[in-house]
Amino acid sequence: MKRRFTFFLGVAALAAMPMALAQSGALGLPKTVEAGSAFSIQSAGSGKAVLYIVGPGQILRRNVQLGEPELFAPGDLHNAGHYLAVLVSGSSTENGAFDVTAAHEPSTLSFLAKPSRVAVDSHDGISGVVYVFDTFQNLVLAPTQVSFQLSGVAGTAQARTVLTHNGVAWTKMNSAAKEGSGQFVAQVGNATGTRVIQQVPGEPCGLRISARPSGQRLAVQTDPVRDCSGNVVPDGTIVTFTETYNGGESTVDAPLKQGVARAEMPAYNGAKISVATGVVLGNEIRWGREQ
Amino acid sequence: MTTGRILAALIAAATVVLIAIATLWPVQSAVAMAGSGASLLSSSSTAQAAVESLAGEIGRQEWEKAYSSLANKSEFTEPEFVRDLTGNYPSIRTYATLDSSDLRPLHASADEAQIQLKLRWSTVVGTFLDTRTLKVVRTDGRSGDRWAVSWPIVKEPRVPPQVIPVNYLRWDVIYRGPADDWGAQDVEAPHVRIVDMHPVDRADGVVLMGELLNEDVVPAFVTVKATLLAKDGSAIASEDSFDKISHVLLPKQVTPFLIAFHDVALSQVDSVHMDPSATLIAASADPVIEIEDQRLNPAPGASFTGKLINQSGQVVNVAHVLGTFYDKNGQLVWVADQYVDRALLPEIPVSFAMSIPADIASKVSSERAITATYSSGRFQ
Repeated sequence: MKRRFTFFLGVAALAAMPMALAQSGALGLPKTVEAGSAFSIQSAGSGKAVLYIVGPGQILRRNVQLGEPELFAPGDLHNAGHYLAVLVSGSSTENGAFDVTAAHEPSTLSFLAKPSRVAVDSHDGISGVVYVFDTFQNLVLAPTQVSFQLSGVAGTAQARTVLTHNGVAWTKMNSAAKEGSGQFVAQVGNATGTRVIQQVPGEPCGLRISARPSGQRLAVQTDPVRDCSGNVVPDGTIVTFTETYNGGESTVDAPLKQGVARAEMPAYNGAKISVATGVVLGNEIRWGREQ
Repeated sequence: MTTGRILAALIAAATVVLIAIATLWPVQSAVAMAGSGASLLSSSSTAQAAVESLAGEIGRQEWEKAYSSLANKSEFTEPEFVRDLTGNYPSIRTYATLDSSDLRPLHASADEAQIQLKLRWSTVVGTFLDTRTLKVVRTDGRSGDRWAVSWPIVKEPRVPPQVIPVNYLRWDVIYRGPADDWGAQDVEAPHVRIVDMHPVDRADGVVLMGELLNEDVVPAFVTVKATLLAKDGSAIASEDSFDKISHVLLPKQVTPFLIAFHDVALSQVDSVHMDPSATLIAASADPVIEIEDQRLNPAPGASFTGKLINQSGQVVNVAHVLGTFYDKNGQLVWVADQYVDRALLPEIPVSFAMSIPADIASKVSSERAITATYSSGRFQ
């Protein structure tokens, strides 16, 4: 009930804002207050009054003695934003406004790194965005230096330093030429955020197969499948073997296991066997007569 | 008083006559409701009646009765007869119910007849046809001459007990948890790409066909949704590929997809909005299925046939074959699919056949087939 009443008074104060702004001369308000810091509001006159502070997500109500400064302890106001102060004394009302800004010292950051999985050798393929917050989770709007570093895979680490703009800093990084997990670290003051970027092999390059007899059938297998940077293509990648013979066709979709895909196919004299993975084609071999 | 007695006698007589007529010549709907055979009094009086009776017993799963009516019982046991119809291992066939049966006399003499029996089984993924050519022979029974079916048993090959070593490969996924902070990234969804798309105007509507590539290094569960847009930008219809796609795509795997829009003409369509979606899932790279002896059979009755060979050690309960057909310029012209009704045992070939529309068949120059599989008890 009390909260409802306080809320009602807050809304009433907001509704009366145009008139209140015209009467703000009697309240000694600071222009800005840093979130979480102590401050005071001076009033004029004598007697008792009630002071309301209405802001984003927070309303304070204080019984004050007019003519004396009203002190607010550290942490009383911690949400950054625009606040209204309303002093109600009997039938008269005085009011004013002030801003609460985020603390200057960054305390935490939110780090968004995309994508979490990227092909190797991808120019500007990794993006990092940092939002800087103070202790009270207010976005720090003052320009703040953010360090980004991508490391962990062979080669030198990439580093960038970026100033925040309206509380946000962002950068783009190249993925490494070698596959592996990279550590993408963002740092602001003592606050750090780390994200893992998996740098994975690109499209297979130079896909080749060979065949040998296996009983009544043919055992076909690829050479170790690598991308154009020499990284081993991950196991599980599907390789399609296609054999054509006498107007017929056989196909096998086989996964790479330990870097090699294997399959058994029928042994037809003169059969053509080709290989592909995704949209990449490999070599073609002919079994039988031409061998 | 006398009139009343005459009326009562007439009603009783008419009731008896109607009961007799209904018993001797029941209407088909009544037979179905009663769950009874085609004719109670002539179940094996002719070759055709014997086959009809057998088909009815198979439909009602009266295995003992069906088996006992066969002429060649000595060649196989009742469980073998049942397994011939329902499969040795759980498969689509196991859960099928007989939708209808047709028979066609092929040859008849005084003591022997040959009749083709088409059993149309109904399943959750559509119907499949089981066609058997039956020899029906005349036998002397206690109640006089009768006809009995000699069942052409198809014994599923048994795989001898053995150990097949498999270098098992699968992906497991740890997803983002509720305790992770706002900025913590979840595992990246797989990157998939539509590499081909082609709309076709058909008699019953518009068909959208295409191919979807998983260009990532992780498995994906994929769906493709399409929205047809009119010239004013309004949506005409929205559909997805449902089961005309292989939903689980391993890295670098390509699946065809087909989306049918019924009662829509291509002339109404100004543009198409395609919405492929991919979700990272735990999956297994096995089993490996070889598709052997793939052949395009020309019209009439154009079809794409082949055999599936399970190169892994586990039994595949359900196999779904998707065929992609191209013209001589490599342009996609049709997508067809077929569920295989029997389980795939290791190294045992199982045939499949999918029909191709006659007008499309003449354009087809090459094809590509893939299989999607399901094994019960396996973590997909």
